[in-house]
Parts: sequence; C-alpha cells; structure tokens
Amino acid sequence: MVHATTEQPIMTQSEFLNVVMPFKDKLYRLSKRLLISSEEAEDATQEVLMKLWSKNSNIANYKNVEAFAMTMTKNFCLDRLKSKQSSNLKLVHSNYEDGNTSLQKQMEARDSISWVEKIMEELPEQQKLVLQLRDVEEYDFKEIADLLEMQPTAVRVALSRARKTVREKLMQKHSYGIG
Amino acid sequence: MALDKIEILLEKYFEATTTVAEEEQLRDYFSQDSVAPHLEQYTPMFTYFSKAKDERFTKQVPLKPRVSYHKWISIAAVAVMAFGIYFGNDYREQREAEFAYQETKKALSLLAQNLERGTEKVAYLNEFEQAKQKIYNNN
Repeated sequence: MVHATTEQPIMTQSEFLNVVMPFKDKLYRLSKRLLISSEEAEDATQEVLMKLWSKNSNIANYKNVEAFAMTMTKNFCLDRLKSKQSSNLKLVHSNYEDGNTSLQKQMEARDSISWVEKIMEELPEQQKLVLQLRDVEEYDFKEIADLLEMQPTAVRVALSRARKTVREKLMQKHSYGIG
Repeated sequence: MALDKIEILLEKYFEATTTVAEEEQLRDYFSQDSVAPHLEQYTPMFTYFSKAKDERFTKQVPLKPRVSYHKWISIAAVAVMAFGIYFGNDYREQREAEFAYQETKKALSLLAQNLERGTEKVAYLNEFEQAKQKIYNNN
C-alpha cells in the first residue's frame, strides 16, 4: 500500500521507445565517435538503452532524459576504452597504426570528407567529444558543459582547439593531395 | 550570403565564438555549389559534419518485458500472511490447549496432595476414636 503512493508511473515498452526514439541516434553517433568501430558503437548504444530501460521507473525523475542518456553513453564508452587500453589491444593498435597508417589512410581516404573523420579520430577524447556534440549534434555550450562536467569556458577552448586542429590537418592533407 | 560575412563567421568559428545559428549558416553556405575558391578548403569540414548527423542506429534493442516487482511482492506478502495466520492460529490453539492441560494437571496433583494430607489427619482422628472406644468399653 505504501509503495503504490510513492512509485512513479511505470512506462510500457512503447512509451519508453517513444521517449528514447528522438535521441537514440545521437547516442549511437557519440559511441561511434569514441569507439570508432560501428559494431562496438551499436553494442554500447544497446547497452545504454537497456540500462535506461531497467531504470525505467526513475526516468520520470530526470528533467532531461536525453542529457542523462548522453552522459551515460559517454561514461560507458570511456570505460570501454579504458579497459581496452589496459589489455594488450592498445599495444597492437598503436604499433600497427604508427607504421602503417599514413599510407593506408591516404589510400582509404580518397575523398576529403572522410579525411575529416580520420582527423577527428586522432583528436584527444575531450576535443572529440566537444566537436561531436557541437558541430554534429548542435548542442549549446551550457548543455555540453553539463554533459561533460566541464566549465563552459573550458568547452569553448577545447572546441576552438579541435576546430583549428581539424583545419590544420585538413590543409596538410589537402596540399599533399594537390602536390 | 555576402562573402565577407562568411569570412567573418569563419574566423569566429575557429575561435569558437559563433552561435549554433551562425554555424548553421556556415554549413548551409558550404553545402551549396558556388563556394568561393579560396574558401573551398573548408568545405570537407562542414559537409562532413552534416553527413555525420545522418548516421542512424538501426539495431533492435531487446527490452525484456519488465515485471512490476511491487505487484509480485505484494502478492507474495499476502500469501505469506494468509499462511501465517492460518497455521499460526492452529499452533497457538495447540499451545493454549497444552498450557491448560499442564495447569489442570498441576491443580489436580495439588488437590491429590492435599487430599492425601487430609486422609493422614483423618488417620489421627481414627486413633482418637479408637482410644475413645477403648475408654468407653472399659467403662
């Protein structure tokens, strides 16, 4: 009897999907930006949505479910990366990349649009996140700051740095391409 | 849009002082065909961002139908209570009966003791009676 009065109304599956629908792609794109592999990004998104579903009755308490889900996704992916780094995967990855990529990338990235994608892969995680949230998802500074638990000025600095790096590297590739 | 305005916006863009709306203008400008040649180097950046936004999450999420725990917990609680009341009652009755039996037994044994003591005293009386009879007979 006591439970019934304090309990939040429980969402049905379809209600939940309606809440989640508008931003599930954003979760996926954020995961992919961090994890790079689309399979891993799909798994991460799935995981986050399932976690969200299991918290279902609490969802009504969050003013902004989207922001909450985005933060969850960010943390989940960063954790993934961290545990991957501690395993030998990182060693393989970085060894492989250093020797091989410049050539491989030039071959792969014929069109300059995918250059941008590759350049973003090389950015530090925080700049990656800021650039993704701003230039792809078009969040404002306040939202980004809340999401990443950063000061708005720090967001601005990171964003400026990220954009300039992309420009610089793009110029380099561009001049290689032409020359 | 005027070219000089775009140039100004671009400069602001790299300092991260443009608004979301201004950035939208930049994306619009670079998505059309007639980009000024000296600005064309920026085209891939802005077209990439627009393209990146189109990516979709297509995988299905297997949501397990969530049983509402409260409902089942209350059902279980009611069951336990009914069980408790039913069998608890039996048990209590049994205990009460046992207690009454023990009390009765105690009372009866007390009575028996006293009765015994009573008959002992009566035995003395008998002695007295005999003595009296002796005296009467002697007379």
